[in-house]
Amino acid sequence: LSRIGDELYLEPSESGLSLRAVNSSRSAFASFLFGPLFFQLYEPGAAGPDTELFRCKVHMKSFLGVFRSLPSLEKSVGKCLILLKPRASRLVLQLHCKHGVTKTHNLAFQECERLQAVFDTQRCSSRLCAPARVLAEAVVHFPPTLAEVTLGTGPGGKISLRNYVEDEAEASKTMLTELWLAEDEFQSVAVCPGSHITFCLKEFRGLLSFAEASNLPLTIHFDEPGRPVVFTLDDTVLEVHLVLATLSDLENNSQSPSTNRDQREHSPSCSVPGSVSHLPALSDDFADDLESYMAAMETSEGGSGGPPSPTFPLRTPRLAQSDPEDDEEEEGAVPGTPPHKKFRSLFFGSVMTPGRPGPAITEEVLAEDSDGEC
Amino acid sequence: MRFRAKIVDLACLNHFSRIINTIAKLAKTCILRLTVCKLYFILSDKVANGGASMWCELSQGNFFDEFQMEGVAAEHNEIYLELVPDNLSRALKTAQSAKAVKIKLTNKHCPCLRVAVELPSLSSSSRIVTHDIPVGVIPRRMWNDFREPSVPDFDVSIYLPVLKTMKSVVERMKNLSNFIVVEANLSGEMNLKIETDLVSVTTHFKDLGNPPWASADGCRSSAQGRDLESMAEACIDIKKLQQLLAGQQVNPTKALCNIVRKRVVHFILLHEEVSLQYFIPAIA
Repeated sequence: LSRIGDELYLEPSESGLSLRAVNSSRSAFASFLFGPLFFQLYEPGAAGPDTELFRCKVHMKSFLGVFRSLPSLEKSVGKCLILLKPRASRLVLQLHCKHGVTKTHNLAFQECERLQAVFDTQRCSSRLCAPARVLAEAVVHFPPTLAEVTLGTGPGGKISLRNYVEDEAEASKTMLTELWLAEDEFQSVAVCPGSHITFCLKEFRGLLSFAEASNLPLTIHFDEPGRPVVFTLDDTVLEVHLVLATLSDLENNSQSPSTNRDQREHSPSCSVPGSVSHLPALSDDFADDLESYMAAMETSEGGSGGPPSPTFPLRTPRLAQSDPEDDEEEEGAVPGTPPHKKFRSLFFGSVMTPGRPGPAITEEVLAEDSDGEC
Repeated sequence: MRFRAKIVDLACLNHFSRIINTIAKLAKTCILRLTVCKLYFILSDKVANGGASMWCELSQGNFFDEFQMEGVAAEHNEIYLELVPDNLSRALKTAQSAKAVKIKLTNKHCPCLRVAVELPSLSSSSRIVTHDIPVGVIPRRMWNDFREPSVPDFDVSIYLPVLKTMKSVVERMKNLSNFIVVEANLSGEMNLKIETDLVSVTTHFKDLGNPPWASADGCRSSAQGRDLESMAEACIDIKKLQQLLAGQQVNPTKALCNIVRKRVVHFILLHEEVSLQYFIPAIA
C-alpha cells in the first residue's frame, strides 16, 4: 500500500477491516480487506442508525514505522492490538512482546470520506488468472525503472507483455522487450482476442511481491483500453483489489462526446525519461474539460503544427490531438508539478461496491480533489 | 546485410554475458564489428569518450553454436553497428537459464538487433522473450575510423598486480582524488599515487614481472641500454581506471599495461577466448 500512496485509510466494517490507499493522481487504488476471522478478536464498533462506523486515515510512514522490522517482530511480538479511539483522536497500535514488554504507539489520524474506487469486475470483458510466480518471472525481464507495460492477447491464445514506448522518436532509441506466455501457464484465461491494456508497472510490482510472498494466484480483470484494470487476490480471510488506470487507445475510442463521460481521451504525452510518471490530478470539472477538448479537437484537424508547449518537450505527435491536450493539461494540472503522461483517469465517482451486481449507489461523492487537501 | 547467431550452451551464454557486462561498464555507446570469424567491440578515441578508447576481440566460434554473417558487400564482408552495450547486457541478464538465445539483425521500423531468449517453462511451450535493441548501421566510408589501434611505443611494460587488490586500492583512492598517477619500471615495480592539497597516498607493488616483448627495435627491449629502475609515469582519470577494474568479473589469464610517459596507459587483459585493450590518455 505504501507503494501507492502516502496515506493509509482504515475502514472497519461488518465484513472486516479494510486498509486502502490511493495515489496522488487518483490513478491507482488498492484495498486489502481482512475478514473478521483473520483476527483473534474483531470488534468494528457500533454503528447507529445515524452514524456510520468510524473511519480514518493516517500517515503511511507512521504506520509502517510501527512494524519496521518484520524478522524481529516475528521473533518478539506475541500479539498486536489495533484500537481506534475517536474521542482521543488517536489510533492505538499496541504490540505485546516477550518478557512482558508492551509497546504502545499512538498515531494521530484524520477523519475522512470513504475511499472507494468505482469499478466492477463483472463488467470486464477479459480475465486472466495466474500464479503470482509466473507473473513475477514475466515482469523480471523489464527494467526496474520502466513505467508502463502493455498486456495483450495474441494468436494462439498467447498473452504478451511488452514495454510501452510513447512515440516514434523514443522508439528508435529504446530497447523494446516483449514476452509471450502460453495459455497453459495461466490457471484460467477468458479474454477478448486482440485486446490489450497499458498500465503502470510500479504499483503492480508492489502487489506482485505481496502475492508471491503469500503464494496466492493473481486475477487480472480488464476491459477496453482506458477502462481501469483490476488485479485481485482472494483468500478465505483476505480480499485484495488493486485498480489501475489504463492508457486509452485513441484509435478505438468513439468520437461522440455525448457518450459516457468516462471516455475522455488523452493523447499519450511526454515523459521525462527516468522520472516517476505522475499522472494528472482529476479535474473536478469534467464537463468543462471535455467541452474544451472537443472544441479544440474540431478546430485543429490533424494539427501537428503549433508551438511546443513550454512544459513538454517537442515530440512527434502520432495522434492529432496533441496541442489541445496541452491546453487541457495545463488547465487541470497542478502548477509546478513535473510534466506527466496522460493516462485516462479514472474511476472515482459515486460509490459502488466492487463485484456485486445491482449496487446500491449512495449519494456520497467520492475521493475528489477536496479530499486531497486533508 | 544479414546476421544471425545462436547460443545454446549455458556456460557460453554466461561467459558472453559477462563480457558484455564488462563492455557496458566501459562505454555508453560503442561499435560492434562483425566478421566471419570474430566479433569486435570498439570504442574510438573521440573527445566525446573522454579520449579513452577500447578494442575488444572475441572469436565467435567460442561462444556461438550458429553464426551466419553476410556483410555489406562480398569484398567487404563485415558489418559495423553502433549500439548501447548496456541494452545488450540487460537483455542477456535474465537469460541465464535459457534454452537458447538467438540474435538477429532486423529492420522493422529501424535497424535493430533482436535478441530472442527461449526460456524453460512449466507449460507445453517455452516462454519467449524478445528484446529489440536499436542499432545504427555504420556506412563503409566510416569504417576507417575504427581500425585496430597499434601498440604504442611504450617506455615500460609491466604485468598488473592482482586485479582485485588493484581495484580496491583504486576505489579508495577515487574518494580522495580525480586523478591517479600510474608509474612502473622495468624491474617489476609499480606505484599508484594520488596527491591532493591535503594528502598524498602511494601504494607500492613489486615483483610484478615485465612481459617480454619481441622487439623489432633493438633498444626497446634490451635491458642493457635502459635504466631498469627508472619509472615511467602517466597521470590519468581515476574514474576510467576504476571502471576498467570494476568491470572485470573474472581474473584474466594475463593482465598487463604499457606506459608511455605522460601520454597514455595501454591496458591489455587477455582471457582464453577474449582480449580486451583499453587506452587511457594521460591528463596534460
